[in-house]
Amino acid sequence: MTEGMVRRGHGIADLADEYDVIVVGAGPAGLSAATMLARFKARTLLVDENQTPGGQIYRAITLAQSADRRRLGEDYWRGRGIAEDFLNSEAEYAPATTAWSIQSVQDDAERIVGQEVGLSSTGMARLIRAKQVVLATGALERPFPIPGWTLPGVMTAGAAQIALKTSGLVPSGKVVIAGTGPLLYLLAAQLIEAGARVSTVLDTTPRENWLRAFRHAPGFLVSPYLAKGLKLLRTVQRRTRVIRWVSELAAEGEGGLREVVWRAGGCEHRLPADLLLLHQGVVPNVNFSNAAGCAHEWDEAQLTFRPQIDEWYGSSVAGLSLAGDGAGIRGAEAAAIQGRIAGLGCASRLGLVAPAERDRLAVPLRRSLARAMRGRRFLDELYRPGKEFRVPQDPDTIVCRCEEISAGQIRTSVSAGAGGPNQMKVFLRCGMGPCQGRLCGLTVTELIADERSKHPCEIGFYRLRFPIKPLRLRELAALPQTQTAKVAVLADLADTHHSADWNERKPQ
Amino acid sequence: MFRRLSDRASGEVTFTFDGLPVRASAGDSVAAALLAAGVRACRTTPVSGAPRGPYCMMGVCFECLVRIDGMDNRQGCLVPVQEGMRVETQHGARALTTEPAQ
Ligand SMILES: Cc1cc2nc3c(=O)[nH]c(=O)nc-3n(C[C@H](O)[C@@H](O)[C@H](O)COP(=O)(O)OP(=O)(O)OC[C@H]3O[C@@H](n4cnc5c(N)ncnc54)[C@H](O)[C@@H]3O)c2cc1C
Ligand code: FES
Repeated sequence: MTEGMVRRGHGIADLADEYDVIVVGAGPAGLSAATMLARFKARTLLVDENQTPGGQIYRAITLAQSADRRRLGEDYWRGRGIAEDFLNSEAEYAPATTAWSIQSVQDDAERIVGQEVGLSSTGMARLIRAKQVVLATGALERPFPIPGWTLPGVMTAGAAQIALKTSGLVPSGKVVIAGTGPLLYLLAAQLIEAGARVSTVLDTTPRENWLRAFRHAPGFLVSPYLAKGLKLLRTVQRRTRVIRWVSELAAEGEGGLREVVWRAGGCEHRLPADLLLLHQGVVPNVNFSNAAGCAHEWDEAQLTFRPQIDEWYGSSVAGLSLAGDGAGIRGAEAAAIQGRIAGLGCASRLGLVAPAERDRLAVPLRRSLARAMRGRRFLDELYRPGKEFRVPQDPDTIVCRCEEISAGQIRTSVSAGAGGPNQMKVFLRCGMGPCQGRLCGLTVTELIADERSKHPCEIGFYRLRFPIKPLRLRELAALPQTQTAKVAVLADLADTHHSADWNERKPQ
Repeated sequence: MFRRLSDRASGEVTFTFDGLPVRASAGDSVAAALLAAGVRACRTTPVSGAPRGPYCMMGVCFECLVRIDGMDNRQGCLVPVQEGMRVETQHGARALTTEPAQ
């Protein structure tokens, strides 16, 4: 391991008051953007909530040993190079640091001259300025609202992967994996390689998806996804039972998971289980870009909202770029390339690279990006989760986990006049718990659309506000009482009471 | 629910969960350490009192909320365990001592 891989990050107290660029997120996109910017001598700060760099795909990569390489595969191991390049660069790195707000800084003529980013770590908060900000906050697993998904013992398959990567934990007991998506078989194969005895994989990919995907087969056939996918499928099928065409799914138990119930081939089946791992693809984590006021659009192929970006990954907010899966799901390889292109864009806006040189440097990157994205359309179509798993039909299914709001309550509120997600907040408080809609936003949009026979793009998404993660009083108290600081924090709190809301909630 | 791979056990750390000693590996998050110790639920909800446990392990779902060293609403999946840490089940809403003023 090189010296760089063990370099310590910066504590929040040691950070400067101002940088050329702040990059949020140390996955492939953020690491690559920061490395690129440091190469152009931009004073760069990379912040990430996790203890070590890598993001989701390369989580804990700087700690990984050869046994992890065997279990998790070569695509995981590739992250070492990306992390190493970053750690060897001049960019500063603040691990275990959450970014919770961003506010444009204007000059007297009301031109945006920079951004002020709210950061917090180990109980201390600061507002730090940057001329440019790159959000590379990645994706999260799509909500999977089935009956019983809130029971202890039901987790996402990604969560099990995280426990494996960071702590070497392997699911034990009676384990069932269920869902769809290009990552489902990867996650299953990794857990199996690590020694998990997975009793059953329940594949919820709808049959009709194969027909739809077929049109996009040519791109897929020449992409590396084909060989990789077949290998994973073989690994999983050889080592566990795979049941396809699952059309209904539920978790049952009192106080914790006891049984998984599903319907396939017209019959109901039950299986005792200690752990149910759910996964139906990943969607952009839009909370930050949404709260920052970036324009978003509905992505019909991926059934999600994603921020609008230009060819340099600039958003609709001046000085704010978005790269990686947070800007639309394109996969890890594409995320790294996007990060570099976004880095070039920022460097050029900072005057560190001439436009002609920027364009020249971007040519091979765009070519690799096109190659990395081959086959994605096929995957999007094939692994489009069925409506029954996105828009709960059973009225008792919980949609908003934080406030415990059911699908039936949401449908009834639509009839009572809550025509959109923001009215739904007022009616039911859904989306107002600590997760701030991350686990219910898409479901609420699609439920309202279903009930009103409209398209999700007409319904829109929650309007989110800062702070995107609850702050503590002592963190706020530690902030310098500058005018901007007051505006940034107090206005947001007054607007939403997010942090106060979920604390004051009493049992009923 | 989970077991630890033998090649991944690193320096041992001891903390308490609801007063009972729990052994973990250095580098574990609180949530991972609890899963490794067979703890499924780490909080009850403020609304119905239903038990919940870690769901995403990546900081987005807030199901892993626990009380750590007397402070409520810590995201167990983001906090590394430390020797001697006092972790407790979080019951419903937290006390009104640390949240921002209105
Ligand atoms: C749980 C999970 C597991 C996955 N595993 C794989 C896999 O094994 N293989 C694969 O090909 N793809 C995987 N993916 C898909 C993933 O989206 C990858 O394509 C890739 O990691 C995307 O890279 P990225 O740089 O865009 O974002 P990410 O890698 O997701 O990195 C984003 C980073 O931003 C940080 N962050 C987010 N918000 C904040 C904030 N407010 N403040 C501070 N930091 C913040 C996060 O902690 C994270 O480290 C996974 C996705 C998820 C959700
Ligand atoms: S388990 Fe989801 S936030 Fe910790």
